[in-house]
Amino acid sequence: MKNAFQRWLDGDIDLMANISDAAREHDHARADIKERDKKIAREIDSRRETVLMIAREREGLKMVYDVIAVICCVLVILVFMYIIAQLPLYGAENVRATTVAERYIEHGLEETGAINIVSGMILDYRAFDTLGESHVLFTALICVMILLRVDSKNQRKGFEDYYATMRETYFASEKDTILRTIGIFLVPCIFVYGIYVLLNGQNSPGGGFSGGAIMGAAMIIFTSAFGFDRVDRFFTLKLQTYVTFVALSFYSFAKGYVFFTGANGLENHIPKGTPGAILSGGLILPLDVAVGLVVACTMFGFYSLFRRGQIGGSLGRINS
Amino acid sequence: MDLSEIFKIILIVLLIGCAVAVNLTPSLLQAVIIFMSYSSVMCLLWILMESPDLAITEAAVGAGVSGLLFLVTLKKIRREDENAEPGETGPAEGKGSRR
Repeated sequence: MKNAFQRWLDGDIDLMANISDAAREHDHARADIKERDKKIAREIDSRRETVLMIAREREGLKMVYDVIAVICCVLVILVFMYIIAQLPLYGAENVRATTVAERYIEHGLEETGAINIVSGMILDYRAFDTLGESHVLFTALICVMILLRVDSKNQRKGFEDYYATMRETYFASEKDTILRTIGIFLVPCIFVYGIYVLLNGQNSPGGGFSGGAIMGAAMIIFTSAFGFDRVDRFFTLKLQTYVTFVALSFYSFAKGYVFFTGANGLENHIPKGTPGAILSGGLILPLDVAVGLVVACTMFGFYSLFRRGQIGGSLGRINS
Repeated sequence: MDLSEIFKIILIVLLIGCAVAVNLTPSLLQAVIIFMSYSSVMCLLWILMESPDLAITEAAVGAGVSGLLFLVTLKKIRREDENAEPGETGPAEGKGSRR
C-alpha cells in the first residue's frame, strides 16, 4: 500500500499547492489564509504515516549531526592539546624563541631609537604586522558599513520608525544633565590623555592602538553627552574616509621605503633623534599617529553606525 | 606565598568565574556587564604581568567600546522586538532572555 508520503514523492498529490496559492493572496486576506493554513496543517497531521516518516528521518539526521559534532570537537581539542604539548615550558631555555627577543632587547634602542621596546618592535621590526592590523580595522569598518548603513535606498519608512525616532529624541542621552556636566570636565582630559599616549608611544607604554582607542572612547563619550549634531559639524564621512585613506597609504609608503632601503643596503635618510625626546625613534612617531587616527576613526565609526546607521550627518537625522 | 601571588590567584579565579558566568546568565544585559567586568579583571592582570600598554588597550576597548557596542545592539534588538507583532515570529516573550 502506498502511503501519503510515497504518493507525494510520485507526484500523485501536491501538498504544496494550497500553500503556494496562499502565498500569492498574502496581501488580501490574512485571517482567511491563517485559517486555511491551520486546516492544511491539520490535514497533514492527520496523515500519520507522513508525520511519522518525517519524524523518523529527522531523528536519524539529528543523530548523524550529533556524532559529527562530537567527532569535530574531540579532534579540535586533541590538535590543540598536541600543539600545547609541543610548546616549551614556562621560563625554560629555548634557543629558537629567545634569539630574536635577545636581539631586540640588546640592539633595539640603537636600531630603532625607541625607549619603549614594544613600540620599537611592532612599528619598526614588525611594522607590516601592524599595517595588516590597521587594514583589518579598516575592512571591519567597511563590513559594518555595508551591513548597517542607512541611506536613501534602504531607509525604512512608516510609523514604527517614526515612533522609534520620537522615542529616541525624547529619551536622548544628550538631555541628561549629569552626563553633560561630567562630560564637560571629562572629555578634554580623556582627549589630552589619548593624545599623550599617542605621541609618547616610543617613550612610554602605549602607542598608536591604545591612544587611538582612548581618543575614540573620548569621542563616543562626547557624542553621548552632547548629541550627534555637534560631532557632525567636524566629523563627516568625507573626513573619516580621507583621514583613514591618508593614514593607511602614508603608513604603507613610509614603511615600504624603509624596508626597500634596508633590504637593498641603501642609506636611510630618516633621522633617529635623541632617545627619550618626543621627536625621536625615526618613523615610529608618525606611524603611531597614523595607526591612532585609523583606530579612533574606526571606533567612532562603529559607534555611529551602530547607533544610527551612518557616519557624519550627510543624510540628516533618520526619517527626517 | 606572598601577597601579590594571592592577589593574582584571586584575580584569576574571578576571571574564570566571569567567563563562565557570561555563558550561564539568562539576561543578555547582565551578560554584557559581566563581560565588561571580565575585561576589567583582565586589565588588572595585564598590569600584574607588566604589560601596561595592553592594559590600557584592554581597558579602552574591552571594558569600554566593545561593551558599549553590545549595549547599543541590545537596545536596537529590543526595539525591533517591540515593533514585531507578538506571536508572529515567536521570540517576543521574555525580553532579554536568551533563546
